[in-house]
Amino acid sequence: MTFIRPNFRHPELSTNAIGQSIKSYEGALSTLCAGCGHDSISAAIIKSCFDLNLQPHKIAKISGIGCSSKTPTYFLGKAHGFNSVHGRMPSVTTGANMANRDLLYIGVSGDGDTASIGMGQFAHVVRRNLNMVYIVMNNGCYGLTKGQDSATADKGSASKKGVPSVFDSIDLCQLALQLGAGMVARSFSGDKHQLIPLIKAAIRHPGFAFIDVVSPCVTFNNTPASTKGYEWVRDHLEATGTIDFIPAKSEITIDYPPGTSRQVELHDGSELVLQKNAEDYDLSSRKAAMNRIEAVREQQHILTGLIYHNESAADTHGLINTVRQPLNELSQQTLCPGSGVLDSLNESLR
Amino acid sequence: MKPTDISDPDYFHKVVDCQYACPAHTPVPEYIRLIAAGRYNDAYMINWQSNVFPGVLGRTCDRPCEPACRRGRIEEEPVAICRLKRVAADNKTDISDRLPDIPTEKNGKKVALIGAGPASLTVARDLMPLGYAIDLYDDQRKGGGFMRSQIPSFRLPESVLDEEVNYILDMGVVTHFNQTVTSMKDMLGKGYDAIFVGTGAPRGRDLPNLPGREEGDANIHIGIDWLANVAFEHISRIGKKVLVLGGGNTAMDCCRTAKRLGGEDVRVVVRSPKAEMKASPWEIEDAEHEDIPMYENHNPKAFVTENGRLTGMLFERVEPVFDDRGKRTLEPTGEEVFMACDDVLMAIGQLNSFPWIERDIGIEFNDWDMPEVDKTTFQTSVPEVFVGGDAAWGPENVITAVAHGHQAAISIHHLCEGKSTTDRPGPEVNLMSQKMGFHDWLYDAHISDDDRHVVALIDKQKALSDRKLEVEKGFDPLQGYDEAMRCLNCDVQTVFDKDRCIECDACEDICPVDCINFTDNDEEDLLRDKLKVKATNKDQDLYVSDALKTKRVMVKDENVCLHCGLCAERCPTGAWDMQKFLLHEATAGK
Repeated sequence: MTFIRPNFRHPELSTNAIGQSIKSYEGALSTLCAGCGHDSISAAIIKSCFDLNLQPHKIAKISGIGCSSKTPTYFLGKAHGFNSVHGRMPSVTTGANMANRDLLYIGVSGDGDTASIGMGQFAHVVRRNLNMVYIVMNNGCYGLTKGQDSATADKGSASKKGVPSVFDSIDLCQLALQLGAGMVARSFSGDKHQLIPLIKAAIRHPGFAFIDVVSPCVTFNNTPASTKGYEWVRDHLEATGTIDFIPAKSEITIDYPPGTSRQVELHDGSELVLQKNAEDYDLSSRKAAMNRIEAVREQQHILTGLIYHNESAADTHGLINTVRQPLNELSQQTLCPGSGVLDSLNESLR
Repeated sequence: MKPTDISDPDYFHKVVDCQYACPAHTPVPEYIRLIAAGRYNDAYMINWQSNVFPGVLGRTCDRPCEPACRRGRIEEEPVAICRLKRVAADNKTDISDRLPDIPTEKNGKKVALIGAGPASLTVARDLMPLGYAIDLYDDQRKGGGFMRSQIPSFRLPESVLDEEVNYILDMGVVTHFNQTVTSMKDMLGKGYDAIFVGTGAPRGRDLPNLPGREEGDANIHIGIDWLANVAFEHISRIGKKVLVLGGGNTAMDCCRTAKRLGGEDVRVVVRSPKAEMKASPWEIEDAEHEDIPMYENHNPKAFVTENGRLTGMLFERVEPVFDDRGKRTLEPTGEEVFMACDDVLMAIGQLNSFPWIERDIGIEFNDWDMPEVDKTTFQTSVPEVFVGGDAAWGPENVITAVAHGHQAAISIHHLCEGKSTTDRPGPEVNLMSQKMGFHDWLYDAHISDDDRHVVALIDKQKALSDRKLEVEKGFDPLQGYDEAMRCLNCDVQTVFDKDRCIECDACEDICPVDCINFTDNDEEDLLRDKLKVKATNKDQDLYVSDALKTKRVMVKDENVCLHCGLCAERCPTGAWDMQKFLLHEATAGK
């Protein structure tokens, strides 16, 4: 039996700006099926956090139930984690975020966890614009229970069993757009060049950032007739444009030919650079984004890349006007100032 | 880059750095695994097949394998390959039933071997099983050559050498010991089908023109001759103050032997800076452990004598000076140093010497008065005369002599069979999948994180009191196991089948050392530059696949691959497989 990862890493691997090696961001060895797209997404999360010089202990990873929701074990072993009830990741994240707004919240969910059992939770966390990264590892099937079609399986798509799905699918990006998410993106587990900058941008985005990642299930849903298999996805990708994430205060300058790219500045000074392609549209327009998704879908393609980006809305804390200091850091005296204060408050309302 | 041709045995052979670096191409990881499994006899025989003297080499080898070891690039220290070899030799049981059968009916061919060192003995080992009749000539009273006369017993016990020399002599080699061959012409007249010259580099360099050399002669010794006299027990004492000139392994053996024969103040004096000393670092370490100081940058100027007796030596201090091109010269500082001594041992180099080969019998000699020897066939301009070991191109080491012996035996066999000697047989190569089942491989990929284990030594006082007492204890079986588990199994190759790859990136993600990449193809230099971790070690190849469906290629930098098998473990389609590459260098008749 050999299933232990050796402790050696490449001796020439550098550490990041806070002196951490990539090892500090890894987790346990994955027990998912060999070739699972989810492992690539885990690797992209690890790389993004390493590149952004995040302190692992300042991150909380929260998940529900499913193959996707197992992955937090496989990345960021030194971060906080909560593997919650099926479909309840948004609520648990909301609670945690309310108590400590200083952590980075990475919510990981699957198509079943989000589009079926957790749909109600998902809708409301988007509505509230909770400051978090919400990643759906979307393989169009219930891998953990032998591969039944999920709610995101496209109509007509057939998994290993060979029976085409008869129901219309739910497009989680459209849903997130409609419910008011500030950042909406779609990517593919097999395209880290696109996925990593998107995860970095999502981490830097204040408020709710949603990434739907098509992630093939090699065991049950990687057939030629499946629209979530490696081959089909690769053949039908249509990207909004190549993306580069440029960290704040970076000295990196990339020369793009004039007119071929545009910059999207994030609140912290970092920047997203999008290489324009022929079908360019206004990223801050919900309507344009909706139209674009539909137009691409009509051609039987999958629109990937940054689909919508708008930083203007306040996050949950802003909306409900909480104090800046995390609640878990407030003293007993501040949280419960005593009967005198209560009395005077009551008095003022009489 | 073009796709890598893995059907060329050389490609995977290069990945097994230790085996590739070994002149005799011993399958190192294969025997290390057997040691870990406690199969010492099997491990020993694999060694015996390739390097003929596992017990000797497990103590004295120059170990070209160790600087090449991949483990040394991943952390600091390579696997202690040499001392593991000794574990196999020390713990084996009787292996005589595994030695090759010697045909009672001979093939009618007679071969003479001149010199009974490792090169000649290897020729005998390879040819005896094929039915040759072999005569072995040496001027010493026992076989082994310089292994016997130059390597002190405290590094190589006589019993170990005797055992391994006798495995060969007992095959029925006719020995002519105590017999100096004085004429090649005579030898050629004796009707041998082939003659192999393995006479080593027997002449120690002298300083004949240094003032005082003649007057002090009684106490000035040539290192290798002195060591031989100690080995054959003609010498058992030396003065209290001893100077050893030279910085090679012979100097280390001289100083340590002197320390055991009554030398109290033994010093090694070298012309060059200490960092440039030729001796193996571990041999310098061993000498320093016995409190022998090294004096660097001292150029000998004169032997100082008083009343016809040596009293000391005069040295001139020099310092290394580098010119614009980085070439180093030793410039005198003008400072002179006198060191008192009773005896001087000169270990400043060895020369070849062929006064016994007549120059008019057709053997061509070159400008350095060395016979012209073909680098591949070891043949001279007289077709039936072959030269190998140190005798061919000057002093090397035991393992190189063994490699020469194997190749010369092939040539001799070809010559006797009427085949061309330039027609060289290829190696025997096997590439076999190690997959047993889910998470289950034929090899144990759980390598140990331990630092290199140190070989224990016997008590220093005890060691210095007996010249025949072996200093190193060697690893015991448990330490041997622990050290063996540091081996990365570099012979278990990562074999990629691009037709099965679905480009899921699982291997790229799991690889602990980031050596697997999927990227657009390019020229080698550009490709090396754009990998996840730049491939800076150009001695190590890139494994490049043909174009995949997305037009990308798989590029693997072999440099620090741990051979852990996780790529194959995480591959859903079996595009990666772990396959054991076993290469046996060709030997005569195989």
